[in-house]
Amino acid sequence: MRDAFIKVLGEIAKNDPRVLLITGDLGFKVFDEYSQNYPRQFLNAGVAEQNMMGLATGLALEGRVVFVYSIANFPILRCLEQVRNDACYHQANVKIVSIGGGFSYGALGISHHATEDLSIMRALPEISVIAPGDLWETEEATKTLIEIPGTCYLRLDKSNAGYTNTKSEKFEFGKARCLKEGTDATLVSTGGILNEVLMAYELLCKEGIYCRVLSVPTLKPLDSESLLRAANETNAVLTIEEHSIEGGLGGAVAENFLEYGILPKKFQRIGLRAGFSSIVGSQTYLRKAYGLDAQAIAANVIRLLNSDQPTMSPNSIPAK
Amino acid sequence: MDPIKLSQKIRLHALRMTSKGASSHIGSVFSMADILAVLYASILKYDPKQPKWKERDRFILSKGHAGAGVYAVLAECGFFPVSKLDGHYQDGSDLSGHVSHKGIPGVEISTGSLGHGLSIGAGMALAAKLDDWAHRTFVVLSDGECDEGSIWEAVLFSSHHNLDNLTVIIDYNKIQSLASVKETLNLEPFKDKWESFGWSVKEVDGHDHVQMESVLKGLPFQKDLPNCVIAHTVKGKGVSFMENKVLWHYRTAKDEEYEAALKELEEA
Repeated sequence: MRDAFIKVLGEIAKNDPRVLLITGDLGFKVFDEYSQNYPRQFLNAGVAEQNMMGLATGLALEGRVVFVYSIANFPILRCLEQVRNDACYHQANVKIVSIGGGFSYGALGISHHATEDLSIMRALPEISVIAPGDLWETEEATKTLIEIPGTCYLRLDKSNAGYTNTKSEKFEFGKARCLKEGTDATLVSTGGILNEVLMAYELLCKEGIYCRVLSVPTLKPLDSESLLRAANETNAVLTIEEHSIEGGLGGAVAENFLEYGILPKKFQRIGLRAGFSSIVGSQTYLRKAYGLDAQAIAANVIRLLNSDQPTMSPNSIPAK
Repeated sequence: MDPIKLSQKIRLHALRMTSKGASSHIGSVFSMADILAVLYASILKYDPKQPKWKERDRFILSKGHAGAGVYAVLAECGFFPVSKLDGHYQDGSDLSGHVSHKGIPGVEISTGSLGHGLSIGAGMALAAKLDDWAHRTFVVLSDGECDEGSIWEAVLFSSHHNLDNLTVIIDYNKIQSLASVKETLNLEPFKDKWESFGWSVKEVDGHDHVQMESVLKGLPFQKDLPNCVIAHTVKGKGVSFMENKVLWHYRTAKDEEYEAALKELEEA
């Protein structure tokens, strides 16, 4: 996703001198081509995220479209107040780009696990929250960032689902994408875990269970319409995110159902319930460890469909 | 505009506003009233009829708790009617206790949490450099604010990028919320710190209009270096019983205190 982002950004920067990319001293080798091609549109602000975010606000208020790049929680949590008071409140054209959603940097430890970012950023007013699931969504979201005024958070992931788009598909900001049709259940996901969800879909097909798959690249604004349709038209809704189940995709979808008074027949949030992960490992390993891999997702779907009541995934019960 | 009269008006408005709304920080407004007066009377380039005029100098009050002073000076300079000040700190008003830009012509940036303004100012100054614009950016900091690590991140950045179009004025009244700066987190040797970070520093008496004007007319002090003016001030300046008192960081002047303060300011 990172390479897709930087490639598209370079193409945009070529024709749009407003574009300025600021990194917080991260992205070794990633920006070599971009910074050589557009030296006046690139800046390394050093290891100083609070200053970087204020700086980005000042530059944006003077007419630039500023992309602030760092990894995991650094460009949001370290400088959350600057994001809120400076960028969001001033409706500044600051696009925060974080590489390392979820367990992308799983082996580096909890400092690098971005597992509460979606809920925290979603709570801020006047911000768009975007977590692409595949390379096409990444490219299209990057292009869209230029067009959407104001502050945005773009969460990039190390894993992705490749290119899931059809040739004629148009990216619509704020809309979910229906990648598979089915009525037994709807699998709703945001971010790079889409690849596990699509594998789970295949596993379920083999069991004779046909799911709708909704990829939600924009968590805020949320596509209420597609979600409500899923509640009405399919027998269960499950949200899947590589993120805490509190306040992220699952929380947003649940709020949405309750507020509209349209409840799915069965509902489950699949995500992290166990608190911080003090164990480390690759993204693949940690997904398996926390019940977020394709097999666990598929098993959850089967368990939910066979149950009388919505149940919590046993894999996800907090460890004592 | 006469800066002496302007500073008197800033203090009078701020006293009325904070007393009416029972808000705090009158001491912090009074210590920087002369700085504001000199800036708006003699130094800053602006047009109240076009608050977003591209060539204006940018002014940021980073010590947002003294926002009443900024509202007062903007009203006096014609950005909005003086009568609007009556709404300060009142229910439904957009004149918040900490300075806000929404709906207030002339306020560049909203602040209130300390340590934010300088980074934003550095961004504005960098934008001007990149685009070869001649306008300048001024940021007023409090001394206590320099406890914030983010200030020093911005200080490092600004000198690294040769932002000689950026000027910091520190309202060095030497009193924080609960005690003196020296007792809380000593900043001295303050000038040395800024100089060692690559800034060109001058010290002034923050209540001497002539001295401040003369120093600020000499900007930039040195090519390629960001500018720092350490303004030695007195917290609560202008009302004898408020001067140099920690109490008047938070206390509101009511009844007899209000009348006494008003009398001193009117007779000044």
